[in-house]
Amino acid sequence: MRRVALEGSFAAAEAARIADVDVIAAYPITPQTHIVERLAEMVADGELDAEYIDVESEHSALSCLLGASAVGARTFTATAGQGLELMHEVLYIASSMRLPIIMAVANRALSAPLSVWGDHSDAMAVRDSGWIQVFAENSQEVSDLILWAFRVGEDRKVLFPVMVHLDGFHISHVTEPVLLPDKEEVDRFLPPYCYPLPLDPDRPVTMGAYGPPEIYSEAKKAQEVALRESKEVILRGWEEFRDAFGRSYSPVELHPPQGAKTLLLTMGSFSETAQLAVDQKRRKGEDVGLLSIRLWRPFPFEELSGAARDAHTLIIFDRSISFGGPGGPVACEVKSALYSEQRRPKVVSFIGGLGGRDVSQKEFEQMIDRGVEIVEKGSLGMYETIGIRD
Amino acid sequence: MNHKLSWRELEAGCILTQPGSASQYCTGDWRSRRPVLDEEKCNKCGLCWLYCPEGAITLKEDGSYETNLFYCKGCGICAHECKQGAITMVEEEE
Repeated sequence: MRRVALEGSFAAAEAARIADVDVIAAYPITPQTHIVERLAEMVADGELDAEYIDVESEHSALSCLLGASAVGARTFTATAGQGLELMHEVLYIASSMRLPIIMAVANRALSAPLSVWGDHSDAMAVRDSGWIQVFAENSQEVSDLILWAFRVGEDRKVLFPVMVHLDGFHISHVTEPVLLPDKEEVDRFLPPYCYPLPLDPDRPVTMGAYGPPEIYSEAKKAQEVALRESKEVILRGWEEFRDAFGRSYSPVELHPPQGAKTLLLTMGSFSETAQLAVDQKRRKGEDVGLLSIRLWRPFPFEELSGAARDAHTLIIFDRSISFGGPGGPVACEVKSALYSEQRRPKVVSFIGGLGGRDVSQKEFEQMIDRGVEIVEKGSLGMYETIGIRD
Repeated sequence: MNHKLSWRELEAGCILTQPGSASQYCTGDWRSRRPVLDEEKCNKCGLCWLYCPEGAITLKEDGSYETNLFYCKGCGICAHECKQGAITMVEEEE
């Protein structure tokens, strides 16, 4: 184990290196570029024995990895924003063909207007693509979750691709101390990738065959059940990670662990600022807590409703808009998850932090005050924005 | 495909482990019209066999041709190409 100062992008690249990936196919795009640039250097310098395929687009990057994963290679790529959108149709093919490609996504706003800065619009547009998806809060989590992603995605009971989301710039370009395990430690945690039915001329199989109406519905049901059932390995993977490296992860996190009356809910790196706001409020004696979601797909229904059950008010912060829809995507999903619960908090939805706009500790404190006020007055609307000039 | 698989019986990712199993798929089900050959008019030139996009027409030992209705989709290309007017497309009846 080494303690090194790394920006989030390099933490992602280091994790892919110590996981000993076989094939990387990638196209550079801000704010992800440093990840694949560093990996290209590693391959060129002989630090990593892998095929690095320069491709002409993100669509090709993921398409290349379909083939590589299908012959049994351990695969990795990274993208962001428009790049993730250009991959869109191939995302569904990777998950439906059950190819465990691991991808870091440095979350970026979607054009127009052109923005290279961070928000969660790219992630939300691919939420139903069938990938396991987690959100990291800092560089340490980026590295840890990528190692965990290989362990979980490649498990024979899972075989799903995994997206590790890291906020563009707020994580990708921030240098932080990161504990990096040695390759030997990772080798003990991460067994070799062994695809059960790889493309092999001696044992011919057909992948991605035509699925007429007689079989398509059964194929989709099998995929959906398998993704939901991957939860067991997801949780076990985090237990094994804790045993191997000493750091614990869970689908959702509650701070403090005992349920507070008012909860702020966030996802990704802004959770760290939100926690400062919550701590400040608690010092003033207010009964406030923070609930952050790490596992986005499969959605952690049980953990979420368990954590929110005792709260009176749940204030949800989203970094993207569902245009013309019911507000923030995270708020929508949380509301759906809580709807059938007997005991559930009042949910207030806020949208902000779009296209790289910062949300300060003070603004999170204002969000909490405003959320409590809305619930007290009984003036619950669809959603409000924070930090947007009127 | 006599036995209809349940979702539990599929391999992960719908991988097919039996090569060439597409030959078991009855594309003839799609047909609304069926080619009928008038052997009197047929001069055994083989244009129907050449043009059939499904490879559903086979050459018999006596040099004449027959359509495999398990695969024939009823597209009518054979009837269109036949210079002798020996093939007629007739409606499939229930």
